Amino acid sequence: MDVLVCIKQVPESNKVEVDPKTGALIRDGVDSKMNPFDLYALETAFRIREKLGGTVKVISMGPPQAKEVIYEAFSMGADAGALVSDRAFGGADVLATSYTLSQAIRKVGHFDLILCGKQTIDGDTAQVGSEISEYLGIPSFANVLGIDDVQKDNITVKIDLPNAIEVSKVTLPCLLCVEKDIYQPRLPSYIKKQATKDREVPMITLKDLPDSSPDRYGLHGSPTQVQRIFPPEVNNDREIFHGTSEELSKKLMNTLVERKFVGR
Amino acid sequence: MSYKKFTEADCQAIQKIVNDPERVQYGKAVNADYGHDELGDISSMPDLVVKVMSTEEGSKIMKYAYEQKIPVTPRGSGTGLVGAAVPIHHGIIIDLSGMSKVLELDEKNLTITVEPGVLLMDLAQYVEDHELFYPPDPGEKSATIAGNINTNAGGMRAVKYGVTRDYVRGLEAVLPNGDVVQIGGKNVKNSSGYALKDLIIGSEGTLAVVTKAVLKLLPLPTKSISLLVPFPTLEKAIGTVPEIIQSKAIPTAVEFMQGQVIVDAESYLGLSFPDHSSDAYLLLKFDGNTKADIERDYDKVAKICLEQGAIDVLIMDTTERNEAVWKARGAFLEAVKASTTEMDEVDVVVPRDKVAEMVKFSNDLQKTAKVRIKSFGHAGDGNLHIYMLRDDLSADEWKKRKESTMEAMYSKARELAGEVSGEHGIGYVKQSYLEESKSDDLINIMRGIKKVFDPEEILNPGKVCW
Repeated sequence: MDVLVCIKQVPESNKVEVDPKTGALIRDGVDSKMNPFDLYALETAFRIREKLGGTVKVISMGPPQAKEVIYEAFSMGADAGALVSDRAFGGADVLATSYTLSQAIRKVGHFDLILCGKQTIDGDTAQVGSEISEYLGIPSFANVLGIDDVQKDNITVKIDLPNAIEVSKVTLPCLLCVEKDIYQPRLPSYIKKQATKDREVPMITLKDLPDSSPDRYGLHGSPTQVQRIFPPEVNNDREIFHGTSEELSKKLMNTLVERKFVGR
Repeated sequence: MSYKKFTEADCQAIQKIVNDPERVQYGKAVNADYGHDELGDISSMPDLVVKVMSTEEGSKIMKYAYEQKIPVTPRGSGTGLVGAAVPIHHGIIIDLSGMSKVLELDEKNLTITVEPGVLLMDLAQYVEDHELFYPPDPGEKSATIAGNINTNAGGMRAVKYGVTRDYVRGLEAVLPNGDVVQIGGKNVKNSSGYALKDLIIGSEGTLAVVTKAVLKLLPLPTKSISLLVPFPTLEKAIGTVPEIIQSKAIPTAVEFMQGQVIVDAESYLGLSFPDHSSDAYLLLKFDGNTKADIERDYDKVAKICLEQGAIDVLIMDTTERNEAVWKARGAFLEAVKASTTEMDEVDVVVPRDKVAEMVKFSNDLQKTAKVRIKSFGHAGDGNLHIYMLRDDLSADEWKKRKESTMEAMYSKARELAGEVSGEHGIGYVKQSYLEESKSDDLINIMRGIKKVFDPEEILNPGKVCW
């Protein structure tokens, strides 16, 4: 089985500062790492490979230095990887990112299964995975808690719904966004790191994509316009609501209106 | 030694000193926890517990006890493992856990002045928030700093940074006669008379009651990377440690651990450990200020491990990866405890090139002594924590087997030029082993020192070298 895992490079520290003048994230001197949620997707892929054989490939979108996370995946056991990188992709929102990745995946080849983490720790939208599947026209599940069974042409998964756990069997190819703790991710291996440090990582640029018209990518292809980025105010006040989903949503809405965070 | 029988009048006298009934427990009202510590196979209740809030109160109580000849046992969090805080001769427990303020952070002298009851975890967090670093790191983070000073426990970072004694610059202490003395201070160097501060450190509350400490701090290393190294056998794992030490790459910590302890920790914490490829591991930590610097350091060590037969070298370079492994390591003691009915421990320290021999000896001892034995610990500084587990042995059988096992282990440690305790101390329960390991001359000097500090022998009597 051929599994593709989407991974992203994020800052190592969760204390990233924002330049108060420009509103840009200060990334100088900040180490980076693979998005922790993606480690669970990668581990899931390794477990499936252990069971059914095949390959695990990784794909990442980002600036050239994001190659580091591809090598990190190699040191954990990934067979191959590709980096999607072009100045034209800069400033992409969720929609443009998903479209770019779906195009790049078409370019990289056919996969039986695509795995994503729950969300990234820097963007936190948790939407890219599902949107990629839309663009690829394949079924997808988010909130995957566990895999009950995997066969050559289908997979049975446990999905965490608000008030229930659903077990579903889905035909391959499909895309899954897995939850944290689905499997404990393995640690990178020094031996694998040494063995793969010269492995080639192909770079996929705009001209390599099936649809290479620039207006679907980067800032041009992004309906979301970021007005300002600022660090959230730290506030430790907390109030805990209890009740059913319905009661909770009412209470929450009322509170938000009361405090003038939203209008009714 | 005979002491005055504690009476209602004594209780009233103490009440008068602190003038706060909430802080005094007397007779039957004393909480049972004050009669024991975390592990020491010994319990004995005090007549009275008084929670002091100032040096002055401590001094007045001590003076009263001195005049009345009432034994006094100082106590912090009660997390000791050898019965040092258990009031063998009853009397008064002075509980210092309420004196838990940070008094001063002096960034010009890189020192912090704290009250005795500050917890190790709070101290570590406080200095880290100021980008400073207090290196001693005993596993029991809910211990108080003064309790820690009194055992001189060093913890895992001793390989690189040394032990608690290396980080105490000054102490304020109440002597057994109630007088308050200041010993040392913020000076970096000191050649002024006998090193009394260093005598009080590690004295397990038998020489003076520590009421304030000035600690030395370092700039906080901003990054750390750990390596988890699976080996085919424990012998190979531990045998690699001297090679690592010899390589001059100085890890912050070198720990060894075995598969079963990891499984115990997993079930205790309900977490999954990231590797199960082996039954024997070394866990190494490197710290520094840039990832590149640390990588250079560990590269050398990784190569040594592989040359010595390691299965692989696994890298923990992010917060999540470090947590997955170190959290398990931090829970070993509790996990082993939860896996059996009762346990006792040996905390021997041996020269670093003898660790492998000591561990092998204690492993083999399981068969001959017929006691389940678990060990893990600081392979990098030679301090081993070896635990004997009672499981379903009868009380008599447990006592018999435990004592013969301990005897065998201490005698092996002596043969290897080791010491009875690396960091837990002697307290009440290890005194006979200390006496066996030292010449009469040395024991007599220790007893003489005790006598000079405490001529009436009222401060924590029955401990260390009684």
